[in-house]
Amino acid sequence: MERLSFTYPARQAVARRVHVGVVGSGDLEVLLEPSNDAQAHVAVTTSVDGFGTVWQHVLDRFFTRFDAAAAIEINDFGATPGMVLLRLEQAAEALRA
Amino acid sequence: MSTPPERARFLARDSFIELTARERAVRVLDAGSFRELAGPFDRLTSPWLPLQDIVTQADDGVVIARGTLEGHAAVVASIEGAYQGGSIGEVSGAKLAGALELALRDAGRGRPVRPVLLLETGGVRLQEANLGLAAIAEVHAAIVALRRHVPVVAVVAGAVGCFGGMSLAAALASHLIVTRQARLGMNGPEVIEQEAGLAELDALDRARIWSLMGGEQRYATGFADALVEDDAAAIGAAVRSAFASAAGGAPRSERVASLSARLAAIDAAHPPEPAALRALWARETGA
Repeated sequence: MERLSFTYPARQAVARRVHVGVVGSGDLEVLLEPSNDAQAHVAVTTSVDGFGTVWQHVLDRFFTRFDAAAAIEINDFGATPGMVLLRLEQAAEALRA
Repeated sequence: MSTPPERARFLARDSFIELTARERAVRVLDAGSFRELAGPFDRLTSPWLPLQDIVTQADDGVVIARGTLEGHAAVVASIEGAYQGGSIGEVSGAKLAGALELALRDAGRGRPVRPVLLLETGGVRLQEANLGLAAIAEVHAAIVALRRHVPVVAVVAGAVGCFGGMSLAAALASHLIVTRQARLGMNGPEVIEQEAGLAELDALDRARIWSLMGGEQRYATGFADALVEDDAAAIGAAVRSAFASAAGGAPRSERVASLSARLAAIDAAHPPEPAALRALWARETGA
């Protein structure tokens, strides 16, 4: 198990909380809520060690299209990068809905 | 191209098994009435799993929701089978027991709340050992106390099934609803194979496993009260009709004489095959 944290610049405020996903095999859960500063913070807990660079790339890509000041908690149980992006997009979509 | 009616019916189903624990609770309750208690943002997670390098889930794998069933106050406890096999730890067990104990308190005050358990669990979470077992015992005690006031309705839909100490919770319920995909048993197939050997049970033999502990067999031998399709609307309807009909009769677990007679009819040295057991232990109609 490894814990990673990332910070990104943000422009929009987040109005509510969103929860998607399950900590099942090859899956993850995402908890998204307003952050207490003007930045986005991502706290990842993953069952698979040694993939910090991959997480960085996946989150860099997500934050090219997402600019909300969210505190995002990710609990990951071995999801592939594609799965992680899908869950993040799902959370972003739920936030807009 | 015409579609055979069976296939059309299959495709028209709205699978309950494919839903997450939270979606299941939403779908069972009256539309729009779901209100979660102790939800993921309360972050009641297992304190024991991180010490063993295991990632936690923010709700510890149990969703507790208040809402209504046909307008009557209800509480649903739904276990997430995809998280750690739906296993019951200290926190998830406390959520289950707490929900039932609060329903008991309300029933004692003349405000009955209809309790529904959506069970998808391998039983105790081995990483939390005695704490999980203690919580499961509290769940059992709460079901027995609560069912004197209001029927306790349990659903085992699949695909995990319901095993270990939580299979006793299913057995204690006033009314148990299963699907063909459900499995119900004290020990799961892999545990049986590991402990008693391949000659006893091949845990990869799915047809054999379902013939022994599958929902259809459990229903045919009187261990479940309703056998329904894997369909969210069908399961919701079965839950509602359970509360309408489950008033009379002693709970299954109190029918000690008839259960003892069933055991006495079995020669343990030559146990019957599943089909023979259905004849021997046919459903007691009207019981």
